[in-house]
Amino acid sequence: MEFKLTSVVFDAKDISRAITRISHEILERNKGANNLALIGIRTRGVTLAQRIRVKINEVENTEIDFGILDITLYRDDIASGKHPPPVEKTSIPFPLEGKQVVLVDDVLFTGRTIRAAIDALIDFGRPSTVQLGVLIDRGHRELPIRPDYVGKNIPTSKNNRVRVRMSEDDGIDEVHIIDPSTEKDS
Amino acid sequence: MFKPRSILGANGLKKDEIVTILDTADTFKEISTRPIKKVPTLRGRTIINLFFEPSTRTRTSFEIAGKRLSADVINISGSTSSTVKGENLIDTAQNLEAMNPDILVIRHSQSGAAEMISRNIQCPVINAGDGFHEHPTQALLDLQTIRETKGSLEGLKVAIVGDIAHSRVVRSNIYAMKAMGMEVRLVGPPTMIPVEIQKLGVSVDYYLEKAIQDVDVIMMLRIQTERQNRYLLSSLREYSNLFCLTSKILEKAKDDVLIIHPGPVNRGVEIALDVMESERSLILNQVTNGVAVRMALMYLLLGGSDDSVN
Repeated sequence: MEFKLTSVVFDAKDISRAITRISHEILERNKGANNLALIGIRTRGVTLAQRIRVKINEVENTEIDFGILDITLYRDDIASGKHPPPVEKTSIPFPLEGKQVVLVDDVLFTGRTIRAAIDALIDFGRPSTVQLGVLIDRGHRELPIRPDYVGKNIPTSKNNRVRVRMSEDDGIDEVHIIDPSTEKDS
Repeated sequence: MFKPRSILGANGLKKDEIVTILDTADTFKEISTRPIKKVPTLRGRTIINLFFEPSTRTRTSFEIAGKRLSADVINISGSTSSTVKGENLIDTAQNLEAMNPDILVIRHSQSGAAEMISRNIQCPVINAGDGFHEHPTQALLDLQTIRETKGSLEGLKVAIVGDIAHSRVVRSNIYAMKAMGMEVRLVGPPTMIPVEIQKLGVSVDYYLEKAIQDVDVIMMLRIQTERQNRYLLSSLREYSNLFCLTSKILEKAKDDVLIIHPGPVNRGVEIALDVMESERSLILNQVTNGVAVRMALMYLLLGGSDDSVN
């Protein structure tokens, strides 16, 4: 697949500032790191959650619970693709009861991923609250879901694509908007 | 990408397809350790288990696998089906298909039964054992158990010991293990090893003690007393003297050799009690992995939309 990248809307510095701010907002809203747990949604959400965890650790000097969620098995469009999407491991190595869980994902779009993530989470236990942190909110929600912490609101047209790249996964920190009219899809 | 529409045998499965199945099964194993052992992935799908032979392990395993993916699972056993009224197998399968199941799992005592059914219906078929032919899900769970412990499969040596002639597990394992680049040695009394089996790319040995010395895995098989074996052995006791895996014989094997067995085990006949319960024996891990492998196959067969014909 070859993409023509129209514009970088968020660069490494912007991402770093957003993560710092979100980390502080999480601590402020939850009054510290007690009972706090971060759960990243695969793949970029895990990377983001990890960075937030490091930041919170710097500020509060405490390790908070950390989990990884793969929502593939909870998707509502599982039979509409040509091939079954690969499933990766989910790991929530702590009891959710009484936790204030912050779900972390890279881009919030229709809200369907978050719906799936909440369903998956509830199967593991009963957290006291579930909050949502995203790096990019691009609008076009199809479900009544809203984020609690947002890195940046980016207005997009519905057929644009937003690609978040993280240096751990892609070698560079940046966010692009891809315009499908300039995209050569294989 | 996973292409097969049915799983009729390990014969013909490509290496990358086997790897996809095992990787998916690895992930699915975690689901069975959750407090709520269920994901909604196959909600609304129907899986029919059609079993014409006795089975605890395999049938339960398929049923649990389907239920943990939220599919509706229906079990039909041979003695309660219309075949006792004289209906033939194809008619039974076509009648079941008329109720729109999404997967038909079949076990039958006739070799080729699963394939014959799959030619006559559109719904995906999983072979859960057909006569002396194949039992592909068993071979896949064997591979998963070995890979989980050894890390990889390529280049491993395996000795399969017992009644080779009547074992569908062996045939599926030969195909699957060869596809994964493993070396297979068959061991047993000459009457129980088919002539020219070497053409499948395996070696044959008749002496247990010698055959297991350099292998990484030993797979013991049950003597299938229900399959007219009395003409092939003078007695079970003689067989046991020559081919029972005891801790004394095991001293000749590598220290990290793994022992697997497709079950059911006849304790003391093909495997000694202490060997079966030793930490090198992975027999119960195999059963646990069986559920994960069957979940993986159901997911891979039903996860994508069906826009191809066969």
